[in-house]
Amino acid sequence: MKPRKASDFGIRSNRLSEFSVDRDYDRCIKCEVCIRQCSFDVHYRDTEDDVIRQHPELCVGCQRCAVLCPTNALVIRQNPAGYRAHGSWSGEHIKDINIQAETGGVVLTGSGNDKQAPVYWDRLLINASQVTNPSIDPLREPMELRTYIGSKPDVVELDGEKLAAKMPPRVKLDTPIIFSALSYGAISYQVQKALAQAARELGTLYNTGEGGLHPDFYEYKDNTIVQVASGRFGVHPDYLNSASMVEIKIGQGAKPGIGGHLAGEKVSEQVSITRMIPPGTDAISPAPQHDIYSIEDLRMLIFALKEATNYRVPISVKIAAVHNAPAIASGIVRAGADVVAIDGFRGGTGAAPKVIRDNVGLPIEFALAAVDKRLRDEGIRNRVSIIAGGGIRNSGDIVKAIALGADAVYIGTAALIAVGCTLCQKCYSGKCNWGIATQNPYLAKRVNPDIARQRLVNLVTGWSHEIKEMLGGMGVNSIESLRGNRNQLRGIGLSKEELEILGVRPAGG
Amino acid sequence: MKDLELINNPYGDDKLISACAIFGMMDITGKPFSGEPVFEAMKNMRERGNGLGAGFAAYGIYPEFEDCYAMHIMFTTERGRMSTEEFLKPFFKVEHSEEIPTRKIEGLHNEPLVWRYFVKPNVVAEENGSTEEDYIVEKVLKINSEIEDAFVFSCGRNMGVFKGVGFPEQIADFFRLEDYEGYIWTAHSRFPTNSHAWWGGAHPFCLLNWSVVHNGEISSYGANRAFLETLGYRCVLYTDTEVMAYAVDLLMRRHGYSPEIFANVVAPPLWEEIDRMDEDHRELYTALRYVYGGLLMNGPFAVVIANQDQMIALTDRIRLRPLTAATRGNILYLSSEEAAIRLVSPELDNVWTPMGGVPVVGKLGSLPEPERSVTRRLQ
Repeated sequence: MKPRKASDFGIRSNRLSEFSVDRDYDRCIKCEVCIRQCSFDVHYRDTEDDVIRQHPELCVGCQRCAVLCPTNALVIRQNPAGYRAHGSWSGEHIKDINIQAETGGVVLTGSGNDKQAPVYWDRLLINASQVTNPSIDPLREPMELRTYIGSKPDVVELDGEKLAAKMPPRVKLDTPIIFSALSYGAISYQVQKALAQAARELGTLYNTGEGGLHPDFYEYKDNTIVQVASGRFGVHPDYLNSASMVEIKIGQGAKPGIGGHLAGEKVSEQVSITRMIPPGTDAISPAPQHDIYSIEDLRMLIFALKEATNYRVPISVKIAAVHNAPAIASGIVRAGADVVAIDGFRGGTGAAPKVIRDNVGLPIEFALAAVDKRLRDEGIRNRVSIIAGGGIRNSGDIVKAIALGADAVYIGTAALIAVGCTLCQKCYSGKCNWGIATQNPYLAKRVNPDIARQRLVNLVTGWSHEIKEMLGGMGVNSIESLRGNRNQLRGIGLSKEELEILGVRPAGG
Repeated sequence: MKDLELINNPYGDDKLISACAIFGMMDITGKPFSGEPVFEAMKNMRERGNGLGAGFAAYGIYPEFEDCYAMHIMFTTERGRMSTEEFLKPFFKVEHSEEIPTRKIEGLHNEPLVWRYFVKPNVVAEENGSTEEDYIVEKVLKINSEIEDAFVFSCGRNMGVFKGVGFPEQIADFFRLEDYEGYIWTAHSRFPTNSHAWWGGAHPFCLLNWSVVHNGEISSYGANRAFLETLGYRCVLYTDTEVMAYAVDLLMRRHGYSPEIFANVVAPPLWEEIDRMDEDHRELYTALRYVYGGLLMNGPFAVVIANQDQMIALTDRIRLRPLTAATRGNILYLSSEEAAIRLVSPELDNVWTPMGGVPVVGKLGSLPEPERSVTRRLQ
């Protein structure tokens, strides 16, 4: 039986408003900015009384109206009433059950896991030099962040003072921070343009995600990672050859084991051209890649892509952090990948079933430490590069990730926050008030690509400065001296088993 | 040695921290000389050590057994000696063995029994792609990790290491080093920051003919160790000198790289310097940093490395530890302090402070030229 929505029966939702919208009527000048800014129709003008009123039950808590209100008349906060307190049934459980009772469907969400699972970055502490080795001041002395991504031979064969053989393809990064996969379709044209331009300015890469590549962005080729995912959207020879790295997307940290779904509402004319699908149709990425049912199939796709790109660029394979990630990563290396990207379970998404986002996968800290260790034990770690993503929030997290074994990190959510995202988690609705996760031209033009580019550049520049300070504090002047250097980390408040998995000693020990 | 890791690192620190004096002296004609000036020079740098470790490596001291591997082994019990000799039997032909002559020195404690064995491998190696040298290394590491109360501290040909816990002059006296003549001498005096010390943990570190004396604390230790362990090296001593010794083994012995290439791996030029090179060099240096980034030794160090053909000195790329090089006639001197060289050779032909990351290489038959400009490396 087809489930029916409560509204089909004219029944009003019996959900308690999640947010409270408080308007200070002394301050409100009825300018209607809030009405125009809110795509969820929270605010409206009551013409009879000539006041602005609101439907708090429609509010998603994105804070757009509160930030833009010229008189600071609005306060949006978590509804202080809430449901009656209960030790095991939170308001969220009650809300989700109501949604499903009303719709019979899957509860959707956007962005990353917001649950209280331990963030292991916060339980790792970084070392610094005192007396026996000097710390280095990056403002006065060279401090090198340059990182190359790609596969490496075990030995550099020499012919006198020259290389005896050509090196495998690699990509140069001026800082070990890469913008992670954000597809055109999930995000707007403007935001993707800002990412591409920022990547070029910073000397790093951005990632197209699985949404194809708009022809306007071919010029950013040297800073582009193009993705080949299960839907194969927009994959063609020009696409593959407009990048400096190709990434096979097997999985995503926010939704391991399942595919993707871009709602037809977000498939605008331009998105349709880029994705090579009819406008307005749902873009469904299957859960697996249907030509990869095992590791040998992956090898064939890796080499098909190497052939298609004439062995000019490294091939990355991105997996979600899952329980057997180390064995999978080992297989990926042996299948011929040049880069292994691992996405932790706090990684973001444009749309995912909430139950999957919140319950499936592993923290990136564990997955990264375990993968790095496995590849070392098997003697193949030096052959590939590892990119870790999914929950990187600041430069401290990056230093810790590199010390655990990453060559570089992916940042997605952090980049979107720099552009304006407030993590309201409604990316799947296409109604993003901040103009980021939307194809609605009225909303999308809220992001000025020049300003967004500058904000992204500022963020990564600031983080890079901080990384240099931390490296200098440890007494090293090059990022490769941090890579896999777990001696520089100590764990605080961790069990023996957790310390063992992370390969770090307890603080004070 | 039983519980090697524990013996060397009783507090379970990440790595042992120490500062030091280092000295090297080589006659490039290969003519052996007495080590007396080396002992004098080390004595002059007493403040750089604290009596918790000193040692010497000397090349050319066993001409009568130059075809044999000279294994210097320390035993803490007689039983250790018996089990080691039992172990050696099936694998080696022992041409000669004896207790290393020593004398009782006031102030030295816990002196082990020290013996030397001049051996040749019993089996013709070179099978399965492994060389005779690999065979020796494997057996030495086996003794060190598996036999209780025994530690091989030197296993090269026509060379030997002598080391222990004490000041350099005490160790020289203990081993009666005035009775030896070699054409290369390197020396070390240690200032460890923990109070514990054992005889095997002193410098030089030695693997086959390569010996290393090292002053520094390599801040990248964890990254270097992780890189080397991926390649099958087992770092059991928790010292940065150990990773330096394995880097020497990997790059110069196994890969056969020149000292210049070795220097460019452990102390590479900055990227901005590499970017300014001509294309061939740029490609080469980029490849070396890219592939061997895990062997970049970051943080302060000065090191003197030797084998039968050469003596090499190198500091880290921003030169955080002192090193002076000098020549007089056919002699090359390397030292933590110039004063120590001047003490034994007041007149010098050349004396200079090497640039960070630029190796000073004295080879049999050729003295290094002093650096006259800041132009670095191979160009």
